[in-house]
Amino acid sequence: MAKKTLEYQLSRTPEMGMDFRPTPGMLAPVELKEPSFDSENMLINIGPQHPATHGVLRLVLELDGETVVRCIPHIGYLHSSFEKLGEYRDWNQVIPLTDRMDYLAPLIYNCTYAMAVEKMMGVQVTERCRYVRIICMEMDRIFSHLLWLGTWAIDVGAFTPFLYAFQEREKVYKLHEAYTGARITTSATRIGGMMADIPQGWAEGVREFVDNLPKTLDEIEYLLSTNGIHLGRTQGVGAISGEDAINCGFSGPNLRASGVPYDVRKDRPYYNYEEFDFDIPIGEHGDCYDRYLVRVEEMRQSCRILYQALDRLPEGPINVDDHKVSLPSKTDAMNDMASMIHHFKLVMEGVKAPPGESYFAVEGSKGELGMYVVSDGGSKPVRWRVRPPSFVNLSVIPKLVEGGMLADVIMVNASLDIVLGEIDR
Amino acid sequence: MNETTTLTELNGTELAHPSVPAVSARFPGGILRHEVVAGDEHIVYVDPGQSFAILEWLKTDPDQFYNYLSDVTAVDFGGGRPLQVVWQLFSIPHRRHLRVKAELPLDALEIDSVAGLWASANWLEREVWDMFGIHFRNHPDLRRILMPEHYAEGHPLRKDFPLRGRFSRAEQTRRALEHNPEDDYIPSQLEQGRAPQVVPWREIQQPGSTPSEGQES
Repeated sequence: MAKKTLEYQLSRTPEMGMDFRPTPGMLAPVELKEPSFDSENMLINIGPQHPATHGVLRLVLELDGETVVRCIPHIGYLHSSFEKLGEYRDWNQVIPLTDRMDYLAPLIYNCTYAMAVEKMMGVQVTERCRYVRIICMEMDRIFSHLLWLGTWAIDVGAFTPFLYAFQEREKVYKLHEAYTGARITTSATRIGGMMADIPQGWAEGVREFVDNLPKTLDEIEYLLSTNGIHLGRTQGVGAISGEDAINCGFSGPNLRASGVPYDVRKDRPYYNYEEFDFDIPIGEHGDCYDRYLVRVEEMRQSCRILYQALDRLPEGPINVDDHKVSLPSKTDAMNDMASMIHHFKLVMEGVKAPPGESYFAVEGSKGELGMYVVSDGGSKPVRWRVRPPSFVNLSVIPKLVEGGMLADVIMVNASLDIVLGEIDR
Repeated sequence: MNETTTLTELNGTELAHPSVPAVSARFPGGILRHEVVAGDEHIVYVDPGQSFAILEWLKTDPDQFYNYLSDVTAVDFGGGRPLQVVWQLFSIPHRRHLRVKAELPLDALEIDSVAGLWASANWLEREVWDMFGIHFRNHPDLRRILMPEHYAEGHPLRKDFPLRGRFSRAEQTRRALEHNPEDDYIPSQLEQGRAPQVVPWREIQQPGSTPSEGQES
């Protein structure tokens, strides 16, 4: 027998407080019989074609009423065997595969792959190339987080932030297009440098984008952080402790929301990130709301890095001066014999990497993005492995949603910031 | 840059990695060799039989404390050479990276699962099983993850696996159409721990003959 209080009143009566709720003790408790439901758990299937799964993710949920008893994710619907395809291409031909994995931050993937192969080959890129790559990676971090912010707001029922975020994303699309000729499938890097130097006025375009971004961020943050529905649906939902988050392999903003200040840019520095002045935002509770806060703050920190990188962007060549790695200029290839031979060998056979291997990790937009490349001395990889941050982040979803409500599954899934192209590869 | 050196040569130089002498002192027979690649990346080759004990010690010992398992993967060099299982470990408090490898001969593709130590290994090991056919002992839920559950062509990332698969395009289409999607909705699918058996692909149903049950590998 459970005691429940009937709280239904149509209009305000003298027994009620100002907030239309009955003052305690005024209404007599009503004895209600606990009904015995002879029920079994219900199976519900979400996806693979469902807008709230952000791609072709399928979740099989076992429900007791509205409570999730068990959640089993199924992935692989977008499996394209990129890693197998990579073994049939030479080192430079793999680059177009990398941006098709995470089409929300393609330049980060392009750069990471090139950086891993360069580390394995012992190639030092030029100073200008280093800065251009940092600008590309930080810009795409904002690019990816903006999409996340927009779709996150849609999942909570707010449509306006989505439009605001996509207005800003359009500017990055235009910058992608101005530099690489493509809006999503950028394929911007080459082993030993970039496909080309940045076009004239491009750096100013990035600066203009960074100038205007904080205003939009303020607007979106005002809309969401003061929205009762948003707070109610995200605070305390899908929380995970820092220790569990490390054990489960969380990385990126998801891990930092749980209070673990692990950021590859600070903890395993690459490309002299330590010379930039920026902070690592960390959360306190590890819930969906903290993940939101961490990502919004990360965009502001990326703006700081972008300003510093744009200020220091040095002049000079973008590609390494080694024609065994990087193509000679077309004029040279047409006019002198050595350059023509290098050009021919590079185009017909591809870059030759000495035997060796390297695991190179960067802080991607989703988390620790690692590229593991193994060479046996040929012009094709023996193994090209991507350590997928979303894949590992998604594997935690049963732990986050089990015991919670069905509606929370959508918010937890949205808060993880997954991209199925990279999970399924 | 790809040099195999003895431990005594490395000790005392800036190349030394603090965990490498410690782990070889703790497990004298378990560490087979040590390698430095790409300038500063240290690889420790371990005996597959002792891999679990070594990884457990690396995770729990306070001086090592590799609490973050970045990645589990495998490498197939082809030509009948042994498959390598690769663990990428990172210690967040010590800011230290270590790569541990175990070499498995092709006729004994079995190794202990570390999913009990790091929860992140759960899906990563499933992917290695799916792509390479390496069986992880004591894994809680070793099913295929990227390929469909009823996939019968073997393990795609092995070097002996042709790029377009083992079956003809017609056979692949026929199997795809024959598959009943509702089979994926039955409650028994929720039963965890349906560890499949290791079946070499040659014993699996070959194309051309009549399809039969028991093709799940």
